[in-house]
Amino acid sequence: MSFISYLINGISLGSVYAIIALGYTMVYGIAKMLNFAHGDVIMIGAYMALITMMKAGMSPILAIVAAVIVCTVLGILIERIAYKPLRNASSSLAVLITAIGVSYLLQNTALLVFGANAQTFPSVIKWKGLSLAGGKLNISGETIVTIAACVVIMIVLMLFVQKSKPGQAMRAVSEDKGAAQLMGINVNGTIALTFAIGSALAAVAGVLLCSAYPSLTPYTGAMPGIKAFVAAVFGGIGSIPGAFIGGILLGVIEIFGKAYISSQMADAIVFAVLIIVLLVKPTGLLGKKIQEKV
Amino acid sequence: MAMLEVKDLQVYYGMIQAIKGISFEVNQGEVIALIGANGAGKTTTLHTVTGLISPKSGQVLFEGKDITKTPAHKIVSMGMAHVPEGRRVFAELSVYENLRMGAYTRKDKAEIEETLKSVYKRFPRLQERKNQMAGTLSGGEQQMLAMGRALMSKPRIILMDEPSMGLSPIMVNEIFDIIRAVSESGTTVLLVEQNAKKALSIADRAYVLETGKIVLSGDAKELLEDDSIKKAYLGE
Repeated sequence: MSFISYLINGISLGSVYAIIALGYTMVYGIAKMLNFAHGDVIMIGAYMALITMMKAGMSPILAIVAAVIVCTVLGILIERIAYKPLRNASSSLAVLITAIGVSYLLQNTALLVFGANAQTFPSVIKWKGLSLAGGKLNISGETIVTIAACVVIMIVLMLFVQKSKPGQAMRAVSEDKGAAQLMGINVNGTIALTFAIGSALAAVAGVLLCSAYPSLTPYTGAMPGIKAFVAAVFGGIGSIPGAFIGGILLGVIEIFGKAYISSQMADAIVFAVLIIVLLVKPTGLLGKKIQEKV
Repeated sequence: MAMLEVKDLQVYYGMIQAIKGISFEVNQGEVIALIGANGAGKTTTLHTVTGLISPKSGQVLFEGKDITKTPAHKIVSMGMAHVPEGRRVFAELSVYENLRMGAYTRKDKAEIEETLKSVYKRFPRLQERKNQMAGTLSGGEQQMLAMGRALMSKPRIILMDEPSMGLSPIMVNEIFDIIRAVSESGTTVLLVEQNAKKALSIADRAYVLETGKIVLSGDAKELLEDDSIKKAYLGE
């Protein structure tokens, strides 16, 4: 039974990584940049939800809504103020370094406003969960809701990108910004929309993550952010299903690593798997072939 | 009044001046060719007209309206479509999705369907391959797709940048037949070509560009007979 229990926990943790990785991968696919501040948006989202519930005494649903709104606006502002001016910079390193700067800015602002002490995050999920196999297998409500949320988000996002008009615009912009403009697509607007969606997902991920692991500090988002980035690369950066599969696999590997090998080594195992995958398939599991232009 | 009027355009790439004061005009219903060697500034001129590049000075007027500072994504809905150099179809979108992209700014579903039908009629090969990824098409088919995609916006003027580039002679003929047909159906054409002979054979008038300046202009048939043109561009 413990194997199944570990597996489910791994999928649940992986679902959080997947939701974060979707933000990474969409922004990379469309703006061609790695938004290393993405993880810290998660943390801001979690603090927003915490404040809404604890200080304003509002319901968990409203807390999630508040977190999503704040993070969406934050994501758009970060893109507009920090990244957009560098879009045509001669070196793509400029925007990468700026993203790292934004990450520190968010962490330190949170440190200033919320303090360094870990705060206990009340779970937004009141449901006790399921008890199966005569009580031998208990699955918490958080676990089930997290997995379900991830699957729903993934399906909605796929439909959005494939079927909706803004989704089509995203695909066009991700392939060729110039040609997209000639079609009448507002590239700046499309990139802003991508950041908005990614950041809204980060807020959801933050609330789910802190519901399962209830300690919140200004650095809470950093490690899941990095791991989600790994998950996105693992699955093939730029690919939405890739982020999903990468996230789930990463979560499962991490939990199995902790359970069967060593809890201290779990992160090292995660990164080792990434290295092996990239050695065998440099574009990630579902990554597109990189076309060499002759 | 000319449909498209370009006045004393100056364009820089950093410190380098690519366009050194170009003026030309395109009248309703004409086929105008801009010819010249590689690096003469033909593509830069088109990019400036559709707003992908902004000029340092000069003006672009479309149907009397100053569009010099209009962003590229607002040009197509004004009635001007641009078929870029190298086709630039969306390789990972299907042929059908590429065509739909061309009608991105249009709202009326029934009318879009009509245009789609007319594009398929003009390019039967695109209809045969409508579910195929655009990246899997041959060069000539991609050129057709790029042209079909531009026609999906129902433009009054279509700008074409090197449509014959990299195509077989047979395909080049086919593409030029289509350009002529597009023109005959009432769309004004501004054509940029290195293949001067072909371009001049279908154009009404032409402008010859050399290192960012117009060095010669006039009736296309006369330019075809011009000795300096023959020597420099027609290889005779």
